[in-house]
Amino acid sequence: MNVIVCLKRVPDVAEIDLQVDASGKSIKTEGLPYVLNDWDNYALEEAIRIKEKTGGKVYALTVGEEADEEVLRRALALGAEEALRVWDPSLREIDPYVIALLLSKTIKDNAIPFDLILTGVQAQDDGYAQVGPILAELLSIPHVTLVNRLELQEKRVKVKRELEGGLEEELEVELPALFTIQSGINEPRYVSILGIKRVAKKEIKVLDLSALKLDPGEVLPKIKVEKLFPPPVGKGAEILKGSLDEISEKLLEIFEKGGVI
Amino acid sequence: MGKVMVLVEHRKGEIREITYEMLKKAQELDKEVEAVLIGEDLSELKQKVRPYCSKLITVKVEGLNEFNSEPYQQILSQLLTQRKPKILLIGHSSQGMDLAPSLGVALGCGVITDVVDFGFQNGEVWAIRQVYGGKLSAKVKASSETVILTVRSGSFDPQGLLVLEGEEEEVSFPLAPFPYKRFLGFLEAPKAEVDITQADIIVSVGRGIGGPENIPLAEELAKALGGVLACSRPVVDKGWLPKERQVGTSGKTVKPKVYIALGISGAFQHVAGMKGAQMIIAVNKDPKAPIFNVAHYGIVGDALQVIPNLLNKLKGRKK
Repeated sequence: MNVIVCLKRVPDVAEIDLQVDASGKSIKTEGLPYVLNDWDNYALEEAIRIKEKTGGKVYALTVGEEADEEVLRRALALGAEEALRVWDPSLREIDPYVIALLLSKTIKDNAIPFDLILTGVQAQDDGYAQVGPILAELLSIPHVTLVNRLELQEKRVKVKRELEGGLEEELEVELPALFTIQSGINEPRYVSILGIKRVAKKEIKVLDLSALKLDPGEVLPKIKVEKLFPPPVGKGAEILKGSLDEISEKLLEIFEKGGVI
Repeated sequence: MGKVMVLVEHRKGEIREITYEMLKKAQELDKEVEAVLIGEDLSELKQKVRPYCSKLITVKVEGLNEFNSEPYQQILSQLLTQRKPKILLIGHSSQGMDLAPSLGVALGCGVITDVVDFGFQNGEVWAIRQVYGGKLSAKVKASSETVILTVRSGSFDPQGLLVLEGEEEEVSFPLAPFPYKRFLGFLEAPKAEVDITQADIIVSVGRGIGGPENIPLAEELAKALGGVLACSRPVVDKGWLPKERQVGTSGKTVKPKVYIALGISGAFQHVAGMKGAQMIIAVNKDPKAPIFNVAHYGIVGDALQVIPNLLNKLKGRKK
């Protein structure tokens, strides 16, 4: 089976004091570490496993600038056959609809043959959880979100979706279809630096708006970020300070007061 | 006609709480609140929702007891094209996540997902949502004729819902068959060996615990305090602890006397499952971690250094 997997490179903001830039609409990105979006990592692993099991090809796609090719190299190192990147300098305001539109045009115009499309459930930066289902709609194929198990059958797939509170549902879907992959579905394999070096020269196809026969006027966002700001902070925690010993003593006091010990 | 329409969320014959949360906010924005209820057997469900809206639109579909995004999308595209509400509210749940984005494409309208607040301004709809794991908030706008918002659960308190006793309007739409996605059934979580929802004291670990080799240390602390060990989602995803130990929206909701969060950043999905704890103590290396917004006491540091020291003090105390 042929699988398309859509990937996004995102800043890893754990333990980072994020700053809003002068526009007020995005963050200062200088010096931030970047990673493959965690959910996409699971989607990529699932795509590779399907290929290994059934044969066929994996196509890795991303919308982004040259630096974003890093996530495509990772896919190539894991065994993806082809990688495509879409970008155009005229793209300013991007929303999930624009990303999905560019991906859908790329898939159609390049006539990429696919049985399944996999994306992550959401991105860890903006967390919209929209690109997957929009892409499916633009391609007129069914989609299932929050998939935590995929069982391939002839021409169809049995999937499990994660609902709330530990409940799951089981669905049967005809192919071709798009699935947004939930974290924990598999154990993504490790990619060595050597493995990535080995595919450093492999071609990545780059497409701009004219290559996709799109006019900038057709690629307009449906929603716009007006500003970013620090979230309202509640009362906040009383921070215990001092040496480890002092902190432990304070914790013991708190435990005693709370009747824990 | 009202400006705000609410999609009623239900499962297994029960109205989901998010429905009332959305109705409450809709009532605050506009006197006219319409709700849409889709399903097969609606007689009991509609009694539970109709009192709180000015009009309850019911769409009875044979064979559609449980949610399926395909027929829902067909029905709502036709309904919204007719009625043109300014806002359609859908829960940011497993149902809303499957439905809203593609419905937006079908209608050509803007969709803002996972919002915690919203309103109108100069004919536009604005919404507040969290980005970067809750480290920043974003104000997002959309100006299409109808805007779809998916609402994060727990954002609005349903207490004080006004009783409007609206009328019911039954409607039906032609439906193409929906053969692509067939619902086979629900799968309940297997019975847990340890029931963390019953514990008074919970020691909970997150990604910041570093690796599975450090789990026994946290377990030792839990035992020393007479509590049980729980965790956040990434720990289950990585296979360090079983699913039955997971606290959060896709896991369990706990309300212990004391909740000690070790190396947990405090993503919304986790906080939703533990914010009812009487006392929350958080240890995290990142002083900006959102967990410190809900914790009563915080320690900025490495849990792997804090735990052994605390264990020593606990042992010393017992002698």
